[in-house]
Amino acid sequence: MTQKEALTEYLLRLADSDMILGQRLCELCGKAPALEEEMALMNVALDLVGQARNWYEYAAELIDDGRDADKLAFRRDAHDYRNLLLTEQPNEDYAVTMGRQFFYDAWHYFTLKSLVNASDERVAAIAAKALKEVTYHLRRSSEWVKRLGDGTEESHRRMQDAVDILWRFTGELITPDETDRLMAEAGIGPDPEQLKEDWRGLVKEVLQEATLTPQPDDAWMYLGGKRGEHTEHLGFILAEMQFLQRAYPDATTW
Amino acid sequence: MPQHGDTDPRSAVDKLIASDRVPADARTDQLTEADIWAILDEVKDPEVPAVSVVELGIVRAVHWDGKELSVDVTPTYSGCPATELIEELIEEALRAAGFRNPRIKQVLTPAWTTDWITDEGREKLRAFGIAPPQGSASKRSLLGESEVITCPHCGSTNTERVSEFGSTACKALYRCKDCLEPFDYFKCI
Repeated sequence: MTQKEALTEYLLRLADSDMILGQRLCELCGKAPALEEEMALMNVALDLVGQARNWYEYAAELIDDGRDADKLAFRRDAHDYRNLLLTEQPNEDYAVTMGRQFFYDAWHYFTLKSLVNASDERVAAIAAKALKEVTYHLRRSSEWVKRLGDGTEESHRRMQDAVDILWRFTGELITPDETDRLMAEAGIGPDPEQLKEDWRGLVKEVLQEATLTPQPDDAWMYLGGKRGEHTEHLGFILAEMQFLQRAYPDATTW
Repeated sequence: MPQHGDTDPRSAVDKLIASDRVPADARTDQLTEADIWAILDEVKDPEVPAVSVVELGIVRAVHWDGKELSVDVTPTYSGCPATELIEELIEEALRAAGFRNPRIKQVLTPAWTTDWITDEGREKLRAFGIAPPQGSASKRSLLGESEVITCPHCGSTNTERVSEFGSTACKALYRCKDCLEPFDYFKCI
């Protein structure tokens, strides 16, 4: 794999994860548990889709086969998607929605914090912009995990269930593959060991404060999203998200 | 017909229509960079019409050599849906002032923060009913302690946060416990 190929792959992972989680959050538009929560969820989704566009635009320039950001988002099938499995998991109850968000935000925060110093200027610029937004996301989702975990008996039970349901998808966030290692060597991506340590440290701290118990670090983990092997949920998300562009390719007026 | 460079890709009809929009006496070659900043200062933010795109710090730079004009703009948030509209409004204002081919370029570095909002912009936000960002974004840290936000209506600091996110990505929702009015707070990022 050349460095350019690795970078393209890496950009698509960042873009796809942002895009899919943004799409998931938007499913709550019109039916979030409270008006303020709805605005917050849609704001977070908007940030993520905006960030996805920035990563897609750069990826499209590197791929250079005539496809633009929209085509990368709306005309690739599930096996070409490189998003983390965590991001495609269903919203379920609010504990799962916020638990998923917290695990992702913690990974996103440390990843972007490292990308800000990337040797690639374009990556550094996009990351600097995104990091400000994601810092806000992380603060909010960590507060929700604490509030639900250290809340009532019922909210604690549900938040603990959410941690247990989602945990098997978190290994992928901190398990590097060849692309991750090539990016770290090129001075672009984060050092995998550092990322793992930072993520685990913060997650454990927040879960402890929330009176929640994490699963063991060596628990069995699902991997594969980064190589296009997804859970059954992704196909359904894409079917809904891509419908218009598939039915009316290149339509510019709805 | 005014002279266009050979590189102008527009059709003859488009060029004709564009030239018709320009007042006959518009002479951009006499305008200075300061004049251009003044024109841009008339372009209001579509979400917060009380402040201009210059006061919000969205316009980064103006490059003008007497013939070619390009303007650097930066988005406030990665996903701000107003970004494209703002770019169109800026281009429209410049064309109306006589510039035939203004180029609007999006720049990401240095990233926009609320520190880019001018003092005048902050005062106009307050008068409009939006609490301006308090303090410096660069001093904020992750999971920072909550700030004291002043109510833009009555000036009380006895306020509470209702939601981390408000009516747009750049705002949070607050409520004043003295005058009981809800208000938007321009988030400090």
